[in-house]
Amino acid sequence: MPPVVLLSGAAFVLALLGAWVMQRRSPGEQNDEQTLIDQVDALLPQTQCGQCTFTGCRPYATAMVRGEADINQCPPGGHATAARLARLLERPSKPVDPVFGDPLAPPLVAYILEELCIGCARCLPACPVDAILGAARFTHTVIAADCTGCKLCIAPCPVDCIEMRPVVHLAAPH
Amino acid sequence: MEVTIATGRQRGVRLIGAAQRSAASAPSAASAPPQLALSLALPDGSSLVPVVRIGEYVRLGQVVAWSPDCEGTPLHASVSGQVSAIELRDAIGMSARMPAIVIDNDGRDERDPGLIPVADYTLRSAEELLARIEAGGIVGLGGAAFPTHLKLAPTPSTPVETLVINGVECEPGIQCDDMLMRYRAESMLFGAQVMLHIVGAGRCVIAIEADKPEAIAATRTAVKAAGDARLSVAIVPTYYPAGGERQLIEFLFGTQVPAGGLPRDVGVVCQNVGTAAAIATLIRTGEPLVSRLVTVTGLGVAFPRTLEVRLGTPLSHLIEECGGYTPDITRLIAGGMMMGVALPHDALAVAKTTHCVIAATAADLVPRGPAMPCIRCGDCAEACPSHLLPQELYRHAVEEDDAGLARFGITDCIECGCCDAVCPSQLPLVSVFGAARRQLQVNTVTTERRDLARQRFNAHTQRLAVEQAERQRRLKERRPAGRKDE
Ligand code: SF4
Ligand code: SF4
Ligand code: SF4
Ligand code: SF4
Ligand code: SF4
Repeated sequence: MPPVVLLSGAAFVLALLGAWVMQRRSPGEQNDEQTLIDQVDALLPQTQCGQCTFTGCRPYATAMVRGEADINQCPPGGHATAARLARLLERPSKPVDPVFGDPLAPPLVAYILEELCIGCARCLPACPVDAILGAARFTHTVIAADCTGCKLCIAPCPVDCIEMRPVVHLAAPH
Repeated sequence: MEVTIATGRQRGVRLIGAAQRSAASAPSAASAPPQLALSLALPDGSSLVPVVRIGEYVRLGQVVAWSPDCEGTPLHASVSGQVSAIELRDAIGMSARMPAIVIDNDGRDERDPGLIPVADYTLRSAEELLARIEAGGIVGLGGAAFPTHLKLAPTPSTPVETLVINGVECEPGIQCDDMLMRYRAESMLFGAQVMLHIVGAGRCVIAIEADKPEAIAATRTAVKAAGDARLSVAIVPTYYPAGGERQLIEFLFGTQVPAGGLPRDVGVVCQNVGTAAAIATLIRTGEPLVSRLVTVTGLGVAFPRTLEVRLGTPLSHLIEECGGYTPDITRLIAGGMMMGVALPHDALAVAKTTHCVIAATAADLVPRGPAMPCIRCGDCAEACPSHLLPQELYRHAVEEDDAGLARFGITDCIECGCCDAVCPSQLPLVSVFGAARRQLQVNTVTTERRDLARQRFNAHTQRLAVEQAERQRRLKERRPAGRKDE
């Protein structure tokens, strides 16, 4: 497909989005809000797992800033992140609500059992950070350094050949 | 133990009446335990890779683990015997369990036939000797365990004028350097001469603390016997932390090593006395670093002493060698009274960094009152040998303000504990700084990873949006004209 078409498609979507946002807020207000969203987003772990019920960390940050979500919904961030969010947003501090997930779960990384992988490529679009490498009919693999451990690739795999393993990390010197 | 701020040229604190219990006899060799555990942990938290298998027979001095990316120097078997396990074990100073190679000692001390001495080091090139030192697993034995060959490696832009052999044990309790100078001064000087040959420096200063008359006398005699005009002895006043590299250089030459710089930037390389002696052993006998001097002290052990200990020896065995615990032992500490870390149990093994083990009783520990608010007296800044403002660091550490911590130079804090010792409000300054510094390191790595994930997520979302829009457009084109969207 010609790149021009691709670009114009993108521009169209962005323009629409832009127009909609502009309509809702005055420019000054909008700038302040964006800065605050950036600050909130910087505190979030960027696992992009959706456990907070939003489609990623930034959407959750946006919702918090707009007062549409509480500060205790991100399990990967743990209690410490909840406390920092409360401080930044000047809201009452509270621990992560376990309804959203286990805040004490150890960090994980996805691993594809390559001898079982049928190369269906269904896991590819599921990965929010494009950490899976592969093409249709070829064995897929996870780039461990890019994987955030969000587990979103597990469900789509028809042969259950993706498993989550503990992160082999450097121990912090005491 | 009484603490006052040192006045005059040097910053730091003077420690009065620090226990000197382990003195007396020459360091003897501790017996080799029936089983050793060689920890593969490196000071930065990574670990070496084993090159032997479970069940394999290893000889004394044989390489058992090495570092493929040259982050650390190889580790050698400190006895001969069979590798009975390679498993995760607690390691001194590590918050997580680290891999270790467990060797069942067969008591025969069969040497690796590959260990060959160097006949005349003056005929060898610096590169060759450096390669030997690296292969010999030699690291700084003062506690930091930085690979010695890296510290000695030539850097053309900053020539080395002076080699400093650091015999200043600043922390109360530790005595292995003192013992080494008293009884092995000749060997230490030989090692210093080898290093002079490698770095091409014109002089070598052996720095010793004023309160160690025996070490000074022994070193002076040995210098005279060596008849080498490049060697000289410098006496350093007793204060804490005179033994810190930067602090020592500042005292000896009056020059400050720039923040974030290295002693090399002012033409100096520092090496610990134990490192010098280890180089001497390596060159003379071919034997790599398989043992080190360890001071065992404190009121919690029956006969405190300094021993030559094989790497991998369990601390429990070491304590047995010193007559066992006394009934009022309350805490086991690795390192000195100021910078040491409390240990969870005594099944930990001696590593290259273990210079001192304190079996402390309540009488050994400085009692600590409850922390009070900072009264801004400035005593801590007065005492800080790194010229930092501990009260500001403390404020930012409590607020978890990484930028503020960085601005006030947290990375230059050597965790010496001087500020802590003088603070009238008994604020736990040094432990807060230690934690903050490690947290800052972790945060830097985490932030990088997060930024990457954020970028990738944004790219992914945008790409999906574009693909989605494209799909819709095609759908619309294909749709027969006249039909309306539902
Ligand atoms: S739960 Fe936390 S990590 Fe997961 S998407 Fe939401 S904010 Fe991001
Ligand atoms: S590979 Fe799987 S677990 Fe890792 S980030 Fe991608 S979807 Fe998440
Ligand atoms: S979804 Fe499973 S089988 Fe399909 S490509 Fe991914 S890992 Fe392989
Ligand atoms: S701030 Fe760090 S370097 Fe300075 S006195 Fe305190 S512990 Fe020592
Ligand atoms: S010594 Fe203690 S009380 Fe005095 S300024 Fe420093 S932190 Fe504050």
